[in-house]
Amino acid sequence: MSNYLIKRILFMIPLLLGITVICFFVMRLAPGSPTDLQTQMNPKASTEMKERLMSMYELDKPIHVQYWSWLTKLGRGDLGTSFSSDHRKVADKILERLPITVIINFLSLIIIIAVAVPIGVLSAVHQDSLFDKVTAVLVFIGFAVPTFWLALLMMIFFGIHLGWLPISGLRSLNYEYLSAWGQLADLVKHLILPVFISAFGGLAGLSRYMRANMLEVIRQDYILTARAKGLSERQVIYKHALRNALLPAITILGLSIPGLIGGSVIFETIFAIPGMGQLFYLSVMARDYPTVMGILLIGAILTLVGNLIADLSYALADPRIRIS
Amino acid sequence: MGFWKMFYKNKLALTGCGIVILLFVVSLLASVLAPYDPGAIDLRNVLAPPSGEHWFGTDQLGRDVLSRMIWGARISLKVGFVATGLAILIGMILGAVAGFYGGWIDAVIMRFVDVMLCFPAFFLILAVIAFLEPSIWNIMIVIGLTGWMGVTRLVRADFVSLRERDFVRAARAIGANDARIIFMHILPNALASILVAATLGIAGAILTESALSFLGIGVQPPTPSWGNILTAGKDNIDIAWWLSLYPGLAILITVVGYNLLGEGIRDASDPRLKR
Repeated sequence: MSNYLIKRILFMIPLLLGITVICFFVMRLAPGSPTDLQTQMNPKASTEMKERLMSMYELDKPIHVQYWSWLTKLGRGDLGTSFSSDHRKVADKILERLPITVIINFLSLIIIIAVAVPIGVLSAVHQDSLFDKVTAVLVFIGFAVPTFWLALLMMIFFGIHLGWLPISGLRSLNYEYLSAWGQLADLVKHLILPVFISAFGGLAGLSRYMRANMLEVIRQDYILTARAKGLSERQVIYKHALRNALLPAITILGLSIPGLIGGSVIFETIFAIPGMGQLFYLSVMARDYPTVMGILLIGAILTLVGNLIADLSYALADPRIRIS
Repeated sequence: MGFWKMFYKNKLALTGCGIVILLFVVSLLASVLAPYDPGAIDLRNVLAPPSGEHWFGTDQLGRDVLSRMIWGARISLKVGFVATGLAILIGMILGAVAGFYGGWIDAVIMRFVDVMLCFPAFFLILAVIAFLEPSIWNIMIVIGLTGWMGVTRLVRADFVSLRERDFVRAARAIGANDARIIFMHILPNALASILVAATLGIAGAILTESALSFLGIGVQPPTPSWGNILTAGKDNIDIAWWLSLYPGLAILITVVGYNLLGEGIRDASDPRLKR
């Protein structure tokens, strides 16, 4: 087991290197430079000043030299300094925003599992029932709905029309004056729409996948055996079938992590949530290379770790998978 | 039962096909169908709610939303087809080469696919588009360049299972070269799954384009696109619900149409489902 783990982690290193190489070169080869924003609009900016800026950011060196310098810094745990006017450490900028994004994605993963698994199981067990047909239609629409549009509609309906939920940020203006419980309630209220929106995309996929798995499992011989020895339907479905159908779903969850992280750009921008996605959007707009590289790297690491956890739990849960 | 008969009996697939054809007609006849000039500004009629005159209301510059949506259909169709075409082309060639030759070529290509799959694609698209000039061509290219991995895996799997078949040996025996075997003999057998991937890919590309345009780095105003009308919807969220509702519905219906069509083709071409 530990050998397998070490092998997997070692295998992640070349993958991560590949990712950083692609990101770095794609970004730097694109026309335009981050100094444009600071110099083009400024009539006082001379060519000399532009060159000074370029050399300050090391942008005047060949691209492979820049990459090597970025990589060696990374080896010391340094993601560099942001190009934006605050000139803060990229690692600090990301770390203060990472928890919000991770918490929202984690909550939405829980919601995805809690809602999609029962839907998938029930529609498989009652195949071709009204419930099955209705959920099939909903799932189909779920695949096709642009989540940012759904977010807009929910903001209009729950935020503006009914006035139940706040539509932007994480805290109300009077947050500081609320009691501890009031603050918690305020936070929860702000989180409902973003978490729902970020979960929505994954719901359709997982519930359809669960249904297909479940349909396959309940046709297996061991389910027939379980029925034959007189177990109740409940025990057959929830003890014997569900366990086996859940296994492959773990992998799907692992694979859905890049989508969740990518989606955070959209919902954090719409709901004005100060998370990593919003930082990414702002940094991309400002051509803040080091911050963009840092976030791409963190996003890739989160994805790889998510896949690793999925594979490991798959292996732990299924004794048939021999790890050697 | 043949492909067309299977397809013809599938009502959902026909519905999807109908939606797709309708979209083609609307985009081709945009100049005839649109009641107003999509760029005509009418400052006396700003943010007017839907009425007999403007069915879907007007936007913040008094432009007719329905007309802008009709012209937007053309944009999303173009982006969908070009981006997916590019993705299919790349995926087909890499998948064919990987599956046909195997060995280290296969290993290198598939590891590259792994790398591309493991970072959040939307992050990459966003980064590249923002650094390039946001234009419709750049969007198409970037969506295409980040969407070929699934097709590669699919085509590779088909090639691996087909390359040892007798008809391939027969082709080699009569002296066909590799290119001929790949493109004339094996590829036609993989076309059905490629077609399904293409149809579903168009739906995905249209969704991505609308998200990018919504974020302001896709199709740039004044060119109308469903995504950038929705941006205006967000800016006027408390007063103009019609700016948010209708363009999103158009995206939803379009994507549903392509998905239904794609699944219909899949079902009709799957020999296991034939009775």
